[in-house]
Amino acid sequence: MNIAEYKDIYVFCEERENKIHDSSLELLGEAVRLVKDRPSLDYKVVGVVIGDHSDELAKIAGHYGADKVIFLHNENLKHYSTEIYTELFMDVIKNDKPDIILIPATVLGRDLAPRIAARSDTGLTADATKLDFDPENQESALLYVTRPAFGGNLFGTIINETKRPQMTTIRPGVMEPVHGDPERDFQFDKREVNIDHIEDKVKLIDVLQKDNMAVDITKADIILSGGRGIGDNFHVLEECAKMIGAEVGASRGAVDKGFIGKDHQVGQTGKTVRPKVYIACGISGAVQHLAGMEKSDYIIAINKDPDAAIFSVANIGLVGDALEILPLLTEEIRVYRERPY
Amino acid sequence: MNILVLLKQVPDTTEMKIDKEKGTLIREGVPTITNPDDLAGMEVALRLKDQCGAKVTAVTMGPPQAENMLRELYAMGADDAVLLTDRKFSGADTWATSNTLAAYIKQVDFDLIIAGRQAIDGDTAQVGPQTAEKLGLPQISYVDDVLEFSKEKIVVKKALENNYEVLECPLPCVITTLSTIAKPRYMRVNGISHAFEKDITIKTFDDLNIDPTIIGLKGSPTKVKKTFTKEVHSNSDILNLDGKASARKVAEILMDMNFIGK
Repeated sequence: MNIAEYKDIYVFCEERENKIHDSSLELLGEAVRLVKDRPSLDYKVVGVVIGDHSDELAKIAGHYGADKVIFLHNENLKHYSTEIYTELFMDVIKNDKPDIILIPATVLGRDLAPRIAARSDTGLTADATKLDFDPENQESALLYVTRPAFGGNLFGTIINETKRPQMTTIRPGVMEPVHGDPERDFQFDKREVNIDHIEDKVKLIDVLQKDNMAVDITKADIILSGGRGIGDNFHVLEECAKMIGAEVGASRGAVDKGFIGKDHQVGQTGKTVRPKVYIACGISGAVQHLAGMEKSDYIIAINKDPDAAIFSVANIGLVGDALEILPLLTEEIRVYRERPY
Repeated sequence: MNILVLLKQVPDTTEMKIDKEKGTLIREGVPTITNPDDLAGMEVALRLKDQCGAKVTAVTMGPPQAENMLRELYAMGADDAVLLTDRKFSGADTWATSNTLAAYIKQVDFDLIIAGRQAIDGDTAQVGPQTAEKLGLPQISYVDDVLEFSKEKIVVKKALENNYEVLECPLPCVITTLSTIAKPRYMRVNGISHAFEKDITIKTFDDLNIDPTIIGLKGSPTKVKKTFTKEVHSNSDILNLDGKASARKVAEILMDMNFIGK
């Protein structure tokens, strides 16, 4: 393998609901930052879009930072297929020789990335939270990929010196997208691809909605989050959240005990959130929870234990019982809202 | 019908402690468990066995101590247990692990492979799909329910972020299971006594027909450059107020940030 032949940062752009999903826009933003940080490489950011989508959709990748958009188009490619996407991506690897491939660590990305990496016999790092070029050599294109392991208790920086492309999946919600600009210049490389020779034995039969409306806590401005300390009293959080305009979050402990649904889980194995205000109630602050919320703009922690680790990341800590404080807070806000002036 | 279940023995990450002085994990005394997604996969296999009379084989790669886990799986009802163990296998990344697992699996008969979606020590979710690739098999990951199972095919429900997909695949194939798919059964009393009588099949490097350059630490394309623990910073105001004053404090913060309108 001649590593020097491989160039540029490729970002797999996942379509969802006729848009390029935020998690992919974040990766385009991160790729732009990486390329700018190492101008000596003269690398481009290349967005890869696959499917039967419109040109307009594929071009969004260009608006969000791709210097070039490769659009693998086939009008019969109506939904994701592990095998077809892998084969099509393999053709890009063979023809275009990407040095780096970034894939969002969504359910789709985590299905596709290992398949591509194994077929091209290269390394793959999962669920990265930080990317940098080799800090010790300013000319190097070696990617330093940092990711949490052991439930967020430990961080590892992973490198792949021997194989190309360097592949990694990246946690949604961690990287920053660039501002989208429809006037931005980029190269649009649309390729009509043949898929007749590729057979995916897996057939999609039906799509089912989740029973309860899936909560998307990652979009909330305020998250009111509860831990095991809340026990079976999440209704107290829900009432308060309603009053202050928050979504309800939870620690893994609370979710594992069945106090609240998995959609609400914040942390290493749940969602990464960065609301304007995060209110942690009865959450001790295990590293794996902190990993999912410490980037919140402002953190309020309420805990009975003055030594709880959650206080170490909080802007303000209140030593006390959240189950006593929250109903009082609900009342306080209700009175305020109902004031006559 | 032969079902292979791929499992991993992992440290219980909720019991991990950090040595703040050294900035390392304290691993002594941390209990090991069967990885939850894998254990749920074993339960699925045992239910299919109850329904259709399949033979269920537990397969793991790991150190000799992983035998303990396999004994527990015997006690749950596994028919066979295989341990791939060799110093040459150790330190493998997901690619090298998949090469090793696939090398073994190529030697045996199977109709369905069930792997846990991901292990709680690494959270990568890569070994299942990569093993499927190395065996040239179709895969369905993130499986939350098995809806239909026969000699010819499997129909499953896959959990995505916002919905489910019902997917069908002919056998043989690989599915990866979520821990929510099935609550693992307890070990049976007669199973426990059985568990210590049954043999565990041990396979070492010499038993697998495999290229030594694609396994273990040396064969792994990804290398760990460094590890570190998170620095804990202390910048907070910690207040001891009564309930009413605490509630007012939070209310004031939210009002100052203009979240609370009329």
